[in-house]
Amino acid sequence: MSALTVFYALLFYSATAILVGGVGYKCWVYVRTPQPLKIPIPPAPATRRGVALRMLVEVTFFKSLFRANKWIWLFGWLFHVALLAVLLRHLRYFTEPVWAWVDLVQPLGLYAGFAMLVGLAGLWARRFLVDRVRYISSPSDHLMLALLVAIAASGLAMKFVAHTDIVALKAFFLGLMAFDWQPLPADPVLLAHLGLVAALMIVFPISKLLHAPGVFFSPSLNQVDDARERRHAAGWSAKIVYVKRASGG
Amino acid sequence: MAAFETPPLGEYPVIPLLREGAMAHSKPYVAKPDHQTPLGFPGELVPDWENVAVTKLGELVSQSRALQVFLDSCVKCGACTDKCHYYLGTADPKNMPVARQDLLRSVYRRYYTFAGRFFPWLVGARDMTKKVLDEWYSYFHQCSQCRRCSVFCPYGIDTAEISMAAREVLDTVGVGQKYSNEIIAKVHKIGNNLGLPGPALRDTLEGLEEDVKEATGVDVKFPLDVKGADVLLVTPSADFFAEPHVDGLIGYAKVLHAAGISWTLSSHASEAANFSLFIGNHDNLQRVAERIREAAIELGVKRIVVGECGHAWRVAYSFWNTLIGPFDFLDPRYPAPQHICEVTYDLIRRGALTLDKSANDDKVVTFHDSCNVSRGSRMGDVPGGQFLIPREIIRACVNKFVDMAPETIGEATFCCGGGGGLLTDDLVELRVKGALPRMQALQQVVEEHGVNYLAAICAICKSQFTKVLPYYKHPMDMIGSVHGLVSNAIVLGSGK
Repeated sequence: MSALTVFYALLFYSATAILVGGVGYKCWVYVRTPQPLKIPIPPAPATRRGVALRMLVEVTFFKSLFRANKWIWLFGWLFHVALLAVLLRHLRYFTEPVWAWVDLVQPLGLYAGFAMLVGLAGLWARRFLVDRVRYISSPSDHLMLALLVAIAASGLAMKFVAHTDIVALKAFFLGLMAFDWQPLPADPVLLAHLGLVAALMIVFPISKLLHAPGVFFSPSLNQVDDARERRHAAGWSAKIVYVKRASGG
Repeated sequence: MAAFETPPLGEYPVIPLLREGAMAHSKPYVAKPDHQTPLGFPGELVPDWENVAVTKLGELVSQSRALQVFLDSCVKCGACTDKCHYYLGTADPKNMPVARQDLLRSVYRRYYTFAGRFFPWLVGARDMTKKVLDEWYSYFHQCSQCRRCSVFCPYGIDTAEISMAAREVLDTVGVGQKYSNEIIAKVHKIGNNLGLPGPALRDTLEGLEEDVKEATGVDVKFPLDVKGADVLLVTPSADFFAEPHVDGLIGYAKVLHAAGISWTLSSHASEAANFSLFIGNHDNLQRVAERIREAAIELGVKRIVVGECGHAWRVAYSFWNTLIGPFDFLDPRYPAPQHICEVTYDLIRRGALTLDKSANDDKVVTFHDSCNVSRGSRMGDVPGGQFLIPREIIRACVNKFVDMAPETIGEATFCCGGGGGLLTDDLVELRVKGALPRMQALQQVVEEHGVNYLAAICAICKSQFTKVLPYYKHPMDMIGSVHGLVSNAIVLGSGK
């Protein structure tokens, strides 16, 4: 077993633990923290079903963003959908036999890699070209884009420039999942790609990537507009005690 | 106060280029100890205030899922950057919603997140310093908590929640805002924002009865503290005498008279407004709201109806059930509380009111959706009722009604520029500049349709427009109450 294999095996175990544990912890914090008042943002549905639908439309089509700004929507939506396709395509490296529908996604996943880059390039360009967005960007915002661009570019390089030993790679990941380690090919592009992905997994729970779980907990989006019909109480508002005070006036 | 220029209205709205520091000088008067202590806040900057502020911030975040999620989730996408009327009117980048949030988020990150603790430069985290505190005081008093930005945020991040938290921290370290805190203290002490005591209120109402009698020949009553009345009407105290508010109150009284509904005002709860919302303090919010519960129980009413007041309706619709409910002592056949517009609309639909539209034929009317009604509450039983109902009332009372541009009304409405505790003369520059997007949309319907009446259902909007309309070359009396239109159109003596 090479030191390289051991290093990457341990890296992915820890990255996975940090990602799952970190996001899990954050979600638990969101669940645990009470929302004492009703603050849904219109158009707020009056039923639970309506809220579920609203959330679905929001996270699949980015409806609010579409209303806000067509350019951000275009690049942002393109990036996210492409990322999803690419992730699904990557399932083939973690399943044996490969699920039939993953095979179907396969050709789509190839274009998606480029679409991802286009989306990221558009978003990054805005951080330089639009004075308002330039003003609000901090180094971490640029770094995050750089990280994602590097991941996409190194991935595409292995498909279109220099093929890596994909069979050995799959054996490595299947081995990791079965705690039966297999050697990792020492291909520099592959190592870079994997290292960057692990970095992304590690920063996920301590960065703005928390928007992914966060959106589902956002009270302005997930509350039902039924304040008059159902008495809401949580946290301090569940502890209100009425005190009779002397009449004024 | 430095002189300033009213922003020019172009042919169409533009998103200005950043002008850093353009409004850095803007800050309201600081509360004196007399304004602070009745609210339970220290009178002046406390020793060790940095720690007190940071601790309070952590406490607030741990008590609010909204804050927790909002502070974590922003990706700086920029969707909100051109949505705030104060940014559009001042071009100060710190008036972009995300930048305003970041004034607080940067401190939260520094003390409460891994990245901010260890890599502050990377994520723009900052220590709590006097400079930061001053910046908070300035820019969190350039937010009217109108929630327009959150409509466009893909995560629903609500800058109002963050601005309320910031003001709560400021109050906690002893740096409160005079305007809001003085008013809240008055409500605690006397029962309304204007500090109008019971006997003076009774005089005012009797005067109104005489005025209406003189104008219409009908004995429309303005009852006060009548036990056993069906309806307790809670309305902003501006309705009692300020123009154009009082026309609205006369309108409510005529509607209730025509419908034969027995009603009363309360001297104990002679104020619908609850400025505690603006300072984000839930103790005061609850205390001020509880007067209404007490008054309703004491008077033995069956329904509570709220007059034309934007943030009061948000507090009433969205928070009362939580703060002062359950309303099991009221008649369950009616929503609790009800907006006066819901009452009037219901009566119109049932044909219980006779309305003569021609009484308003001198007017071409448009409607300003108030932010707190539009984005903090609802009316009626369908989503969007808060947009539909006031318009239906207006249409029933006037022949000529037009809406302003669709991106400036409904849930995307622009704030009047004076909401959220900013309706004070020490912020007049901000108020005039913040009114720009609304004035732009108004100008268009004035030019295209000859609009000469801007109807609103919020006391703050009405006062703000009275002040700023002249800066944009419109007469100040162009602004009026929706129930002022009802008051003109209603034909009395035919009610059931």
